[in-house]
Amino acid sequence: MSRLRVEPRVTESVIAQYLVPVVAIVLTLLSGTVLFTFLGKAPSAVLYTFLIEPLTSRFGIGEVLLKMAPLLLIAQGLAIGFRARVWNIGAEGQLIIGGIFASVIAIHYNESESTWILPAMVFAGMLGGIFWASIAAYLRVRFNANEILVTFMLSSVALQILYFLVTGPLRDPDGFNFPQSVVFADSALFGVLIEGTRANTSLLIGLTLSVLAYVFIRHSLPGFKLSVSGAAPRAARYAGFAESQAIWLGLIIGGAAAGLAGVGEVAGPIGQLQRTISPGYGFAGIIVAFLGGLHPIGICLAAFFMAILYVGGDMALISVGIPNAATTIFQGMLLIFYLASYLFVHYRISFQGRAAAT
Amino acid sequence: MTKQGPRNDPPILELRGITKSYPTVLANDSVDLEVFPGEIHAVLGENGAGKSTLMKVIYGSTQPDSGEILWQQENRTIRSPALARSLGIGMVFQHFSLFETLTVAQNISLAVPGKLEDLSARIVEIGHKFGLEVAPDTLVYSLSVGERQRVEIIRCILQNPKLLILDEPTSVLPPQGIDQLFKTLRQLADTGCAIIYISHKLEEIRALCDEATILRQGKVVGTVDPKDTSTSSLARMMIGGEIPISEKSNHKNESKVLLKIDRLSLSSADPYGVSLKDICLQVNAGEVVGIAGVSGNGQSELMQLISGEQRFVTEGQGDLLFEGNPFGHLDPAERRSLGLNFVPEERLGRGAVPPMSLSDNTLLTGFSQGMVQRQLIVRKEVNAAAEKCIDAHDVRCGGFSAIAQSLSGGNLQKFIVGRELSMTPKLFVVSQPTWGVDVGAAANIRQQLLLLAERGSGVLLVSEELDELFEITDTLCVAYRGQLSKPMLTQEVDRLTIGRMMTGLGTTEERAAS
Repeated sequence: MSRLRVEPRVTESVIAQYLVPVVAIVLTLLSGTVLFTFLGKAPSAVLYTFLIEPLTSRFGIGEVLLKMAPLLLIAQGLAIGFRARVWNIGAEGQLIIGGIFASVIAIHYNESESTWILPAMVFAGMLGGIFWASIAAYLRVRFNANEILVTFMLSSVALQILYFLVTGPLRDPDGFNFPQSVVFADSALFGVLIEGTRANTSLLIGLTLSVLAYVFIRHSLPGFKLSVSGAAPRAARYAGFAESQAIWLGLIIGGAAAGLAGVGEVAGPIGQLQRTISPGYGFAGIIVAFLGGLHPIGICLAAFFMAILYVGGDMALISVGIPNAATTIFQGMLLIFYLASYLFVHYRISFQGRAAAT
Repeated sequence: MTKQGPRNDPPILELRGITKSYPTVLANDSVDLEVFPGEIHAVLGENGAGKSTLMKVIYGSTQPDSGEILWQQENRTIRSPALARSLGIGMVFQHFSLFETLTVAQNISLAVPGKLEDLSARIVEIGHKFGLEVAPDTLVYSLSVGERQRVEIIRCILQNPKLLILDEPTSVLPPQGIDQLFKTLRQLADTGCAIIYISHKLEEIRALCDEATILRQGKVVGTVDPKDTSTSSLARMMIGGEIPISEKSNHKNESKVLLKIDRLSLSSADPYGVSLKDICLQVNAGEVVGIAGVSGNGQSELMQLISGEQRFVTEGQGDLLFEGNPFGHLDPAERRSLGLNFVPEERLGRGAVPPMSLSDNTLLTGFSQGMVQRQLIVRKEVNAAAEKCIDAHDVRCGGFSAIAQSLSGGNLQKFIVGRELSMTPKLFVVSQPTWGVDVGAAANIRQQLLLLAERGSGVLLVSEELDELFEITDTLCVAYRGQLSKPMLTQEVDRLTIGRMMTGLGTTEERAAS
C-alpha cells in the first residue's frame, strides 16, 4: 500500500522557484484547452487567437504594449509592498483616485496648451494614489486594521466616488447628460509611442519605474529594510527597522504606482474621465506581481504575458466567439495554479511505498 | 562483556558502518554504535562532529549513504521519523517542533492519542513528577525557549518510547531540574528504555551515562565508560586537545555606571507575558553582570526593554538610564549607535534573517557603519565587513554569501556575537549566548565577553546555565516571576543558593527587597 505525503523540503528548491510561473502558465493553458473543447471550439484556434494573434500585427503589438503599461506599473509598485508582507490589494481604487486627480487638472485647464499640464497630471495622479493608500496605512499603523480589507473596501469607495463625479461635478456640461467628462485636450494626453498604434509613452514610465524598482530592492537601504520586514519581522524589530515605516512605505509606493497607472489610462486610450477607467488592472496587477516572482525583471515578463491575455481575450471574443469572461477566467486560473505550484518551493510530495514495510 | 547491568541483553539498536556525506563534508565516516536496553548512552562531540547527522539517521529524517541499522537485531531502513516513532524511537530536539498558535496540550495531542482533558492532567502530573512544570492550556508562542523544551520532553515521555534521544536537554534547566531530569531518565532506563544522550557537558555525562561514544570529525574515536574516565581525557578525545577555559583576570571594576535601571515596573500587555516589578539593575564599565533564572521569569521582557525592541515610554514606572541619560524612547538602531549592542537568544529569525546571506545579515545591524552611502548599499563594504567577522571569529561557513539558516547553531552564534562586537560596544547585552552551542564555540564566546569587559566595556549576560554565570560574571542577580534579586558578588554566593532562588525558594532577604 503506498501513500502520498506532502512534506517540507529541507532547503527550498531554487529550480522550483523559477519553474513555478512556467508550470502555472502551462497548467492554465491546458485547462483553458479543456474548457474550450467543452464549449465546442477548436482549442488550437482559440489558443492561437489568445496567445499568438496579438503579436502578429502592428495593431496587436500596440494594444499589448498599451495594456502592459498599467499592469507593469501596478505590479512593480505592489511587489515592493508584498516583499514586506504589506498586502495592498486595492490598487484598483488607487488607480481610480489617481485617474480622478489627474483628470481634475486636465478638465480645469482644458483650454490650456501648456506643456506642464501632463507633468502636473502625472504628479497629481501619484498624489491621488498615495492619498488613497495612505488611508489604509494610517488605519493599519494606528488601529492595526487589516490592510487587505481596508484597501479592498476602499476600492469600492473609489468607484462610487468616480460615479458621483462623472454624473455630477466633473460631467461634461455639453455632453447630453452622459456620465463622462469633457474630452481632454492634446496637451493632457500622452504621446503615441509607435506610429499607427494606441501604445503611448506611459509605458516608458513603467519601464523606468522597473529599473528604479530593481535598484531600490537590490541596492538601497530602505529596500533592504522592507525585505527584512517581510522575511523576518522580529529580526526587523531587533535591527530597529520600524514596522510602521515598512507599512507606510510599502503602501505609498504601491499607491503611487497605481495612481500613475490611472493617469496613463485617462490621459491615454480613454482621453477623458468616464465610469470605467480600468478593466480590473488593479487586481490583475496582483497576479502579475506574483507571477513575476516579485522580481522586477520577472514582473516585466509577467506584465507582457498578462497584456497578451487581455488583448487575446478581446480578439477571441470577436473572431472565435469566446465569451468576454474568458480573460477573467484565465487570470483566475493563473493565480490558483500559481499558488498551488508555489507550495512545491517549500514542500515536496513523497511516495511512501512498500519500503516502509521492509 | 564483564560489565553487569543492561549489557546482558542483545542491543536494541546497532549501527554498522554508517556513512553520510554532504556536498561539502563527510558528516559520518563509517560509524558503529551499539545501544542496549536500559542503557544511558552518551554521544559526545563538538559541533560539526556529526552527532546531529547520526541522530537524524537513527530518527529517519535522513538516509545514510551506506551502512546498516539494526533495530532489535533486525535490519531496518528507517525511512521517516514517523516510522521511527512507530518503532518506539522518540527524540527531543534542540530546535523545537511545536505549533506556536496551539496550546501545550493541543501540541502534545498531535503526537499522543487521548482526550485533551486527560492529556492535560497527564501533562501536569508528569510536569510535577519531573520538574517540567508548564500550564497545559498556555499558547506555545508565549513560552520561552526553556519552557518549550519542557513541552518537547513531556511529549516524548508520554509516548513511552523504547529508545529516547535527547539533544543537549539540560542546557535550559535549573540545577534542581537537572537532578530531577536525571532521576527521570534513570527511572526511564530502569524500565528498559534505552537513552541516547547528546551533550558536551562532561560532568553530566560522567554522572548520568553508562557508556559514551565519542565522535570527532565524523569518526568514532572511542567508546568508553565515562564513570571510569576522567573529564580531561574525555575532553581530549572529543576535541583532540585541551578544552579552552575562559581566564578571568582579577581586574578592578571601574566605577563608571553604564546602565542603570531604577525601580522599573511594567505590566505585560500579553496575557501570558510576565509583568516586571521593581527592577533595579546596574552595570558598570569593566564589569560582567549576570542574570540567572529559569526562562520565562521576565528575562525576555527585560531584554526587550533594554534592546529597544520594546520601547519604554510612559506605560510603566521607573527609570532606564544609559550613561546617565534616559534611553527608553530610542529605537534599537539609535541605541546601537550609542554603544549598546544586544544579542538575542533566538538566532534564527531575530538575531539573523534566516533566508538571507551573512553579508545581508551584517548589514542588518551594521548599516550605520559606513556600509550605506546616500541610502544605497555599498556591497564591497558590506562583504568586507562580513568577511572580516567570519575570519576573526572562526565562523565555519561557505563565505559571506552563505545563507544564515545553513549555518550550524554555534557558527551562526559566533557570527552574530562577532558582528555586534565589531561595533565595539560600550555595553554588551547577551541573552543565552551559548545555548545549543558546542563547547569550543561556547568557550570562545565567553572569552570574548571577558575580553570585552577587560577593555572597559560593560557586559550584561542573561543565562540559564549556572556554570557559565559562575565562570565569567562578577555580579549575579536572579530573575524570578518578574522580579530581580539584589545583586550579589559571584565569589560570595554558591550554586545551591542561586539554584534555590531560581525556583523561588530563596529567603525573603535574598529576594528583591523593595
